[in-house]
Amino acid sequence: MRFPAARIARLASGLTIRAVEHLGPPVVQWIWVVPTGSATDPETQPGLAALTADLLDEGSTTLSALDLHAALDRIGARLGIQVGSDATTVSLTTLSRYAEEGLVLLDEIVTRPRFEPVDFERARDLRRSRLRQMRTVPGAVADRVYLERLYPDHPYGHLSIGTDESLSRLTVADVKQFYHEDYLPAQTTLVGVGALAHDTLIELAERVFGGRATGSMFKTAGDDSVEPAELRNPSAQVVIVDRPGAVQSELRIGHVGVARRIADYHAVLVLNMVLGGQFVSRLNRTLREEKGYTYGVRTSFDCRRWPGPFSMQGSVQADATVESVQEVLTQMASFTGDGPVTVSELDLACAALTRGFARGFETVGQVARGVVQLVQHDLPADDYDQFVPQIEAVDEAAVTAAAAEYLHVDRAVVVVVGPASQFAEGLAALGLGDPQYVEA
Amino acid sequence: MLEYTKRTLENGLDVIVHEDHRCPIVAINLWYHVGSKNEQRGRTGLAHLFEHLMFEGSAHHDSGYFTPLQQAGAALNGSTNSDRTNYWEVLPTTALELGLWLESDRMGYLLPALTSEKFENQRDVVLNERRQQYENRPYGLASMALMAALFPPDHPYHWTTIGETADIQAATLDDAHEFFRSYYHPGNASLAVAGDVNSEAAFALVEQYFEDIPSGSPIPPVGGVPEVSLLPQATPGETYLFLEDDVELPRLYLAWPTPRLFAQGDAEMDVLADVLTGGKTSRLYRALVYDKRIATDVSAAQGSRELASWFCISATAAPGHELVDLERVIVDELERLSELGPDVHEIERSLAQMEAQFIYQLETVGGFSGRSDQLNAYNIFAGDPGFMDKDLMRYRGIGTDLLREEVSKRLSPRGRVTLSIVPRGSAGRAISGSIPAGVV
Repeated sequence: MRFPAARIARLASGLTIRAVEHLGPPVVQWIWVVPTGSATDPETQPGLAALTADLLDEGSTTLSALDLHAALDRIGARLGIQVGSDATTVSLTTLSRYAEEGLVLLDEIVTRPRFEPVDFERARDLRRSRLRQMRTVPGAVADRVYLERLYPDHPYGHLSIGTDESLSRLTVADVKQFYHEDYLPAQTTLVGVGALAHDTLIELAERVFGGRATGSMFKTAGDDSVEPAELRNPSAQVVIVDRPGAVQSELRIGHVGVARRIADYHAVLVLNMVLGGQFVSRLNRTLREEKGYTYGVRTSFDCRRWPGPFSMQGSVQADATVESVQEVLTQMASFTGDGPVTVSELDLACAALTRGFARGFETVGQVARGVVQLVQHDLPADDYDQFVPQIEAVDEAAVTAAAAEYLHVDRAVVVVVGPASQFAEGLAALGLGDPQYVEA
Repeated sequence: MLEYTKRTLENGLDVIVHEDHRCPIVAINLWYHVGSKNEQRGRTGLAHLFEHLMFEGSAHHDSGYFTPLQQAGAALNGSTNSDRTNYWEVLPTTALELGLWLESDRMGYLLPALTSEKFENQRDVVLNERRQQYENRPYGLASMALMAALFPPDHPYHWTTIGETADIQAATLDDAHEFFRSYYHPGNASLAVAGDVNSEAAFALVEQYFEDIPSGSPIPPVGGVPEVSLLPQATPGETYLFLEDDVELPRLYLAWPTPRLFAQGDAEMDVLADVLTGGKTSRLYRALVYDKRIATDVSAAQGSRELASWFCISATAAPGHELVDLERVIVDELERLSELGPDVHEIERSLAQMEAQFIYQLETVGGFSGRSDQLNAYNIFAGDPGFMDKDLMRYRGIGTDLLREEVSKRLSPRGRVTLSIVPRGSAGRAISGSIPAGVV
């Protein structure tokens, strides 16, 4: 099973298209990829990239917001706008017979947004309301505090939604400026995947996006992203958000992790599988299947353009908070200590990844997201062909080396959102310093 | 739309095979026609707790169910609702036999391996699932309050599938054994195999592993009474309830009992939900969020179930606004619909979305709501795995007059349950006249 090859074309207007013909039900997905995300937010304006993206589908210069959505609804299209730290993607899924109508609407959305003051205000107010509601969502609070602690004074240190203080000050002029300076001219790629021939997909893109003056709109090449402020690798700490009476504690434990383009990326994947990346991982086995403290926990290395967060995430019953945190720290340390990876753990993790590989490319959405990964991380076109051999090449020594390099229990940041009276004392005794308290 | 072959083994097991050779994967999907509707009062939550026990090993494979399947590169999961419990694996083609063997072993030989240790561990896990998904989540108890009010105490939809904490704590290993003997046998199950298989080879494998499992006893009637007596709608009368919760913004729920899955009126309710709240051009989104800006979100859905359904509209008050204002807008809109019905364009839009949705759902062979899951759903609930075309036909004949009648007949203030969820200490922000909802 090979990942389907994309045909790459560059239109006269400067837009790059990657097209994949994918047999199956008559469905097409377009994804517009812009390498501008929440890490591009100006330092004093967290939330600007996400608010800008939110306004893309609030009408274009030719269609009002309601007319635009009526047109999308008439063809049964599905629109999805996602803002990550490094990129924004706008995806549009339609039946194959509406591929062109869909693309025309996508063009309205991404290249001609209207940015009406009244729409701006509504979208901003909705975001401020959502921020307010997030204060009572334990997972959202934990995510926010965790990023703040891992990345002080760094573009990865905030959620894409930003802060209320920032949102309250933003104006429609800020959005327009951001769109024209940081968004539109960025190196853009259109990904098209569906039950249509490669050439048809490219022709459609040419018809919709090709008729613009050469180089007038889209940058043609070059990754000019600049490494953001130096990472400070904060020291070990325990941070508590007190929620008196809560029945569980929401946990985030870890530290700054790795970028996607490291040489030993595949060893990190295997290491994570063993530690907490699958159901039968060490942490889920002990905390769920042996102790019953949780519905499930997991770990992940969020591999971004620059080193993203490594984190253990989960929600545990309040009276098992200290023991659960201790177990996570113990397992993080064990790979280079008294619990190195075993042959059977290594086999299981590698087999799950290599034999499960084909499952990831069944739907147009999966294939399109796969292509987006290549674009976003500037990976070679044959990257997926290397996946299985690279995973198979990971041995015990490679896992141990990855653990030594990328797991640092001595600077673990522990964030707990829960009823402090049940665990504050115990956490203080962990040797990671006195707990600090912050507000939800 | 889907080609398939169905056969029934001598022990009563329905077997459905669907071939699709695009991707070297195969999906196993196994439904047991049992859910929380089959529970007794005081023993709620048992069907779902039992689902957990199915992953803990069986007589000939008495260890975790995940390990061999993840080793084979499979994804797997299960879920329980009021009417059915489903289990699925998506495997590389070469691992089909492993998956069938494991499914057959837990269908035929679970009990010898079901120990009190496993039972108690998974009971703790389920209690933590309940804490995580319901108790520790904003608005998380709404469904419990609504179901309890919509359906009388002796109706099997009076309780939610997760069950009451005290009942889960009181459940015993003997209860689990009895539950298995009553409901987990071939005559109460439907097995779909979909993907990269040859139909005859698939049937041969299924026969090899499943035909020796003895057919069980007839299924005990739901709620101890013949199912037919549960079909007429319970009419709760006008009910106003409120809950105080750890939330920032009050939310309003309006709910009505409605016709059961596939009965006349069921598809009409789906269309009405879309007319009211599907997308930005829908009536209530436009009125509440877009124009008046008094709500941050609004949604509506028909919860279609085997014995009866419910229709629910919910909306969250924007800061500075009160639920009574939201209620007025919603009630006014329903009144307008009961006089004039939706216009033709609204109905066309809704149908376009439905038709696209049917196709989008065909993209994947496995998992929740993939092809194999749909074949089983139609087989269990309509007695015909090929019911999809007829299902879609239900929507095609719906017009303005019919929808107008449905609104006036079913979505009137009489028979409506109104639930306000308000921030703690703000009982006065509930719709006036509301009484506390008894939810534990």
